[in-house]
Amino acid sequence: MSALSLRAIEKSFNGNQILKGVSLDAEPGEFIALVGPSGCGKSTLLRILAGLETADSGMITVGDQDLTKLQAAACNVAMVFQSYALYPHLTAAQNIAVPLVMRRLTRAQRLPLLGPLMPGQRQAVAEIKRDVRDMAVSLKIDHLMDRKPGQMSGGQRQRVALGRAMVRRPAVFLMDEPLSNLDANLRVHARGEIVDLHRRAGVPTVYVTHDQAEALSMADRVAVMIGGALLQLAPPAVIYDDPRHIEVAKFVGQPRINLLSMQVDTDGTVGFGEARCGLSRIDVAAASSVTLGIRPEFVSVSREGRGMPAKVERIEFLGSEIIVHSRLDQSGDTMIAKLTPAEGAGLTAGMPIRLNAAPERLFVFAQDGRRLFSTPVMDSDLRERAYG
Amino acid sequence: MTSNGFPPARIARLALLGFGALVFLSPYIFMISTAGKTQSDIFTSSLTLIPQRWYFFENFAKAWSRVSMPTLLFNGVVVCLLILVIQVIVAVPCAYAMAKLKFRAARAMMVLVMLGLLVPIHATALPLYVGFDRVGALNSYVALVAPFTISVFGIFLFLQFFRSMPDDLIHAARLDGMSEVGIIARVIVPNAWPAITAFSIFSVVAHWNDLYWPLIVVSNQAYATPPLGLLYFRAAEAGDDYGALMAATLIITFPLVAAFLLAQKRFVEGITMTGLKG
Repeated sequence: MSALSLRAIEKSFNGNQILKGVSLDAEPGEFIALVGPSGCGKSTLLRILAGLETADSGMITVGDQDLTKLQAAACNVAMVFQSYALYPHLTAAQNIAVPLVMRRLTRAQRLPLLGPLMPGQRQAVAEIKRDVRDMAVSLKIDHLMDRKPGQMSGGQRQRVALGRAMVRRPAVFLMDEPLSNLDANLRVHARGEIVDLHRRAGVPTVYVTHDQAEALSMADRVAVMIGGALLQLAPPAVIYDDPRHIEVAKFVGQPRINLLSMQVDTDGTVGFGEARCGLSRIDVAAASSVTLGIRPEFVSVSREGRGMPAKVERIEFLGSEIIVHSRLDQSGDTMIAKLTPAEGAGLTAGMPIRLNAAPERLFVFAQDGRRLFSTPVMDSDLRERAYG
Repeated sequence: MTSNGFPPARIARLALLGFGALVFLSPYIFMISTAGKTQSDIFTSSLTLIPQRWYFFENFAKAWSRVSMPTLLFNGVVVCLLILVIQVIVAVPCAYAMAKLKFRAARAMMVLVMLGLLVPIHATALPLYVGFDRVGALNSYVALVAPFTISVFGIFLFLQFFRSMPDDLIHAARLDGMSEVGIIARVIVPNAWPAITAFSIFSVVAHWNDLYWPLIVVSNQAYATPPLGLLYFRAAEAGDDYGALMAATLIITFPLVAAFLLAQKRFVEGITMTGLKG
C-alpha cells in the first residue's frame, strides 16, 4: 500500500485542461520531486493534493484515507509555500504554534480571554510550547523565536516555514518551490538541509520545482510534468540516462540535449558520424522521420578524421569543463559539446572540426515524442556502406 | 530631504506651505478668537483677532449650560461608535469573501457595490424616513445608526486592501486548520489594521459632522448629535450670541481635532494608503 496515491487527476480552468489525468504513487518516506517548466500544472497538482483546489475527476488517497473531497483543514497535509506565507503579525514561535493551537485546543480553549479558564487549557498550551521549542532547536532557529517575519532574512523565514509545516507531523509534506526566493549559495546549502530533515521525519514529500538540478539532486524519484501530463516518474539517474519522451530529455540536463531530425535509412538505422543505431522494424515502419538526441557530454570533437563536419561558433570556458557551440556543415543544426579543458584546448571560433557521438548514448524519438527502442550498431560493413 | 540648513528653495517651499496652512486655518482661528469675545466686541466695525476683553470663560460656561453638552457629546460618541463597529463587522467579512473566495454571485455583488457607491444618502433619505416613521423608530439611536451600517465605501476600501494580500497566506491558514471565520479573525483583521484605521477615520469624521441625517430623523433633543445640538443652540439663543455659539462649536469639534493631533501619523498613513482624499 502506497503512502500517497493519485489516480487520474484532471482539472480544467475555463475550458483549459491544466491536468490531463495524472497518476502518481509515493512509497512511505519517499521524496518525490515534481519538476516541469512553468505553466505545466505542477503547482495546480500540488494545490489539489493540499485540498486547496478540488480536482474535476480522479482520486487522492493518503494511507487509507480518501482525501479527494476533503477541505484543506481536514487533511493531515502540510505545505511550505514559495513565499513562505508566514503570518506577518505573529512572531516565529507563534507562527510555528498556529497549526498546533488550531488542532489541539478546542474552540472554547482558543478564546482570547476565556480560553485560559477552560479545563485542560493550561496543560495543552504548555505542551504546544514545548513542541514548538523542540522544533526550533532541531531547525537551529531557537534564537529567532521572538522575531516577526519582517525582521528575519529569507533563509530564516524559510526555516520558520519548514518548522510550521513539520511541527504537526503531517502524513504528507508538500513543498512549492521553497528555495526559489533564496540566493544561489544559500539555495545549494538549503537543498542538503531539506533532504536531511526529510530523512529524519520520514514523511512522504512532494517537492515542486522548476529547477531540474534541484530535482535531480534532492529526490528519490523525479516526476517530469509537461503540458499537464506526467511523462516520466523514475529515479534521477534513469530520468537522465533513459528518458521516455523527447520533452523529458529536453527538460533535464544542462546544457540542453542536442536534437537532430533525420530520416531512417533503408537498412533501418540512424546515426550521427561514426555512431549508428538500429531501430526495431515495428517502429521504423511507422516513423521514417525521427529525432536523434545526443547529450553534450557524449559528443566528441576532433580536428580531422571521420565524423560530421562542423564549424566552431562559440566557446564557453567554465573552469572544469568547456562548452563548444558548433554548427553542422550539412544541415546547419547547432551542436553543443561538453569537453574537458584538455580535450578542448586549442579550439577557437571559426575552426572546422569533426563531431562524433558515443553510439550507445544515442536516443531516438518518434515524431510524437515517444522514445524508440534502439540498439547500437557496431557492424563495420554497415559503416562502409553508409559513408562509402 | 534631511538637510538642516535653509537654502532659498526650501524657504520658499516652507513659506508657500505655511501660507496655505494659514489660509485653511484662518476660519478656525477666527472662531477661537470669536469664542473669547463679548457680544459688543463681536459687533464692532473693526476686525480684530485679539479680544479686547477676555470672555472665554463666560462664553464656554454659557455654551455648556444652555444646551446639554454632555448629552450631545455622549450621543455623538455612541452613534459614531455603533456605526463604525457594525460597519467593520459587516464590511470585513464581505470584502474578504469578495476578494478571496470564488463564488458565483461575486461579479453581481461587485456591480451592486459600485452602484451603492454612486447613490448618495440624499436619494434614499425620503423612503428611509417613511420606513422609520412606519415602524415608529424615529427619534432613536436605531434611526441614526441603521442606514449607515452597511458601508459600500468600506467594503470597497477593504476589498482593494484584501486583494493585495497574498493568496498563499490564506492557503497556509486553511492548511493550518482554520475555518473561514477563523481566517478573518486570526489572519485578515490583524493584518488589516492600516485599512481599518483609515476607514475608521473616514467613518467617524463623516458621521460626527453629519447634520443632514440627524436633522431628518431626530426632533427630540435627547437624541441630538453634536451638529444638530448646535442648530438647537442657535435657535434657542435667537441666533445672535455668536461668542457662545463659537464656544459650543469649539467644544464639539474638539474631540475630532484632538484625535487628529494624537493620531496624525496614522491619519496621514491611512489616507495615502487608500489613495483617497477627504
